[in-house]
Amino acid sequence: MSQHTLSVLVNNHPGLLSKVSGLFSRRSFNIHSLAVGICEIPDCSRMTIVVNGDEAMVDQVIKQLDKLIDVIEIEHLPVQNSVYREMVLAKVAVEASQRTELLQIAEIFRAKIVDVSLHHITLELTGQADKISGFLNLLEDFKILRIVRTGTIAVPRYEEA
Amino acid sequence: MQLTGAQAMVQALEQAGVTTIFGYPGAAIAPFYDALVDSNIRHVLTRNEQGAAHAASGYARARQVTGVCVVTSGPGATNVITGIATAYMDSIPLVAITGQVTTDLIGSDSFQEVDITGATSPFTKHNYLVKAAQDLPRIIKEAFYLASTGRPGPVLIDVPQDIQMAVFDFVEPGDLYLPGYRLVTEADPEQLLAVKAQLESARAPIICAGGGVLSSKATQELLALAEMCQIPVVTTMMGISAIPYDHPLYLGTLGSHGLFAANYALNQADLVMLIGARVGNRAMGSAQEIARRAQIVHIDIDPAEIGKNIKPHTAIVADAKSALTGLLALAPQTDTSEWVAKTDEIKASHHLPEKPATASETIYPPTLMRILGELAGPDALVTTEVGQNQIWVANHYPFRKPHAFITSGGMGTMGYGLPSSLGAKVGCPEQTVIAVSGDGSFQMSLQELGTVKQERAAVKFVLLNNSRLGMVHEIQSMRYKRYSQVFLEENPDFGKLAAAYGLGYGRIHSNDQIADAIRTMLDTPGPYLLECQIDPHEPTLYPVRKEEKG
Repeated sequence: MSQHTLSVLVNNHPGLLSKVSGLFSRRSFNIHSLAVGICEIPDCSRMTIVVNGDEAMVDQVIKQLDKLIDVIEIEHLPVQNSVYREMVLAKVAVEASQRTELLQIAEIFRAKIVDVSLHHITLELTGQADKISGFLNLLEDFKILRIVRTGTIAVPRYEEA
Repeated sequence: MQLTGAQAMVQALEQAGVTTIFGYPGAAIAPFYDALVDSNIRHVLTRNEQGAAHAASGYARARQVTGVCVVTSGPGATNVITGIATAYMDSIPLVAITGQVTTDLIGSDSFQEVDITGATSPFTKHNYLVKAAQDLPRIIKEAFYLASTGRPGPVLIDVPQDIQMAVFDFVEPGDLYLPGYRLVTEADPEQLLAVKAQLESARAPIICAGGGVLSSKATQELLALAEMCQIPVVTTMMGISAIPYDHPLYLGTLGSHGLFAANYALNQADLVMLIGARVGNRAMGSAQEIARRAQIVHIDIDPAEIGKNIKPHTAIVADAKSALTGLLALAPQTDTSEWVAKTDEIKASHHLPEKPATASETIYPPTLMRILGELAGPDALVTTEVGQNQIWVANHYPFRKPHAFITSGGMGTMGYGLPSSLGAKVGCPEQTVIAVSGDGSFQMSLQELGTVKQERAAVKFVLLNNSRLGMVHEIQSMRYKRYSQVFLEENPDFGKLAAAYGLGYGRIHSNDQIADAIRTMLDTPGPYLLECQIDPHEPTLYPVRKEEKG
C-alpha cells in the first residue's frame, strides 16, 4: 500500500463530483483526499485525488475514472517530481499566559495568524501533508476548538512540451 | 425552425433511426407522448416500466441495434432501474428517456420527483439531466453514439417537463465533441505479434469467448481463428451462440453451472485467450490461480477490464473483430494436435447421456431443450429467465447461429425473459421467438402477457413447472440441507391464465409427448404457452449430485 496522487481534468458539470466519489465507494477504492476547483481551461475543473492502494488498484482507479465521459484527462503524478500543498485552519483557544508559546510555534512553521480575539487565535498554514501534521501535533498541548484541513492539491514539476 | 423540446426529442429519435420504442406514459413525460402522435415511431405500451426496459433490451439484442425505452418521472424512472442495470451488466446498447418534474421543482421533493441521474450513475455508461431544450438534439445524438460504440451500454436522459414544452430555434447538432470519450478499436500490431508468438509456443491453448465477440459481430473471425490454429473454444454465459453448439472445437460454457469439458480445458490449458470476456466470478471463480498456471491473453475493448479480475501476460485493447482479423492475417503456426485429442476425449466421455426424467410423470429438461432446438430451427431466438431454466437452455439448447440467445448473464435478473422475448418478437416478427422460464420467474413479469396480447406478439412460452424456485431449492438442498421459502404450491392455473391473455396452451408431463407438443406450439398461430411438468429434484449441478450420491 502506498499513496498515489492523480490530477484529473473534468468537465465542470454539476453532478460530476458525485459520479467520481460514487465510483470510489462502489468499487471499494480507498480515497485519502479529493480537492476540486476551477482551472485554466474554461468550463473545466481539475481534481487532485489522493488514493491509498497497490499498483493494481491504482491502475483500476485510473481506468474506471477514465470511463466517465466527463473525465477528460488523468495524470498519475510522479511521487518525487511533483509539488504538493494542502492548507489547514486551526482555531485554538488560548489565554494570555499561553499566547507567546503558540506564536512561537506559528513562527517556526511560518503559519499566519488570520483571526484573533481575547480567547482564541486562528492560524493558517500551507505546506506538504507531513509539515501540516507536524504542526498539528505541536498544537495538541493547546485547547483546539476546530481544525479545518483541505485535501492535497499538486502539480508536476515539469510540463510536457 | 421553431420546435418544442418534445418535438425535438421525437425528431432526434427519428434521426437516430429509431422505429420502435417501449414505454409507459405519465404526467412528466406527457409532452413527449403528445409529440409522438405526429411521428411514425411505433410505441409499445408495456404493463410496467421495468418491462419497457427489458423489452427494449430484448429488441436491441435481437436486432443488434440500440433499444429505446421512455417512461415518466418518479416511480416510472425507478421502475426502469432494474432494466438499466441488467443492460449495463451485459453491455447492451439502450437509451432510456425519463420525464422529470419541472426545473423549478427539482430538489423540492415534489410529486413524482426522484433523482434518477444520481440513482443510475453507477450502472449507466453515461447519463444526462437536460437543462435547456436547445441541448436536446445534441444530447440525444450523443446518447445513441455512446450507447452503441466501444463497449455498449445504457445511457439515460432525464428531461424535465418544462424543457419538453419549451419552444426554441432548432439547430442541427454539429459533430459530436466528446474529449473524455476515447475509443480504441484497432488492435496494436506489436501486441498482435506478441500474441502470435504466444499461440505458437502454446501446446494447450483455449479461447474463451465472451459477449464481446457477439457485440463486435466477430463470430466468423472467431471460428476462422479457432479452426486455423486448432484451438478449442469455451464460452461464458454471454458468449453462448458465438460458435455453433456442435462445432468439434466447442467445449461448452464455463463456470460453476457450465460443462465439465469446458472447465477441464480451462484448468489444463497452458494459454487462455480471453476475447470480450470480463472474467466474472460465475465463469471463473479462481481467476488468479488460472493466471499462475497458464499464459493469459486478454482482448477487450474496455481498458478497465484488463487487469480487473485477472492479470494478463499480454493484453490487447481493441474491438474483438479487429483483434481477431489481425491475428488471422498473421496466421500463427500452432501445433495443438495432442491437446485437441485430449479435449475431444474429455468432451466425449463427459457427454451427458439423455435419460428419462428422474421422477415419473415429468420431463427431462435437457431432452426438452434438444428437441425444442431441433424443431424450432437455427433461426429461432431464445430468451430465458434466471434459474435452472437458464442453465438448461445454456447447456443443452442447440444454438447454431450467433445472437440467438437472449439472457440476463451478469445481473441474473428474473423477470427478464418474458418482456425481452416480447421485444425480440416485436423487433424480429419473422423469426420464431421462444421464451423459456420456470414457474417462479414466469410470474415475475407476468403482467407483460398483457402487452403480448395487445401487440399480438407470437412468442412461444415454454414454462418448466416444478412448483418451486428450482435453483434456490437446489442450492438449499446441497448447502443448507433444509428448505426456506421456495415452494410455489399455490401456483395459478396456467391454462386459465393463457386463456385470459389469449395464448394457445398445452401441457405435457413425459418425454414422449415433447415433440408433438412443440410441433403444435410452433404450428399454432399467435402466442402460445407450453407448460412442462419437470421433476422438482432434477439438478443443474450434475457432478455435485454424483458426489452426493457417493
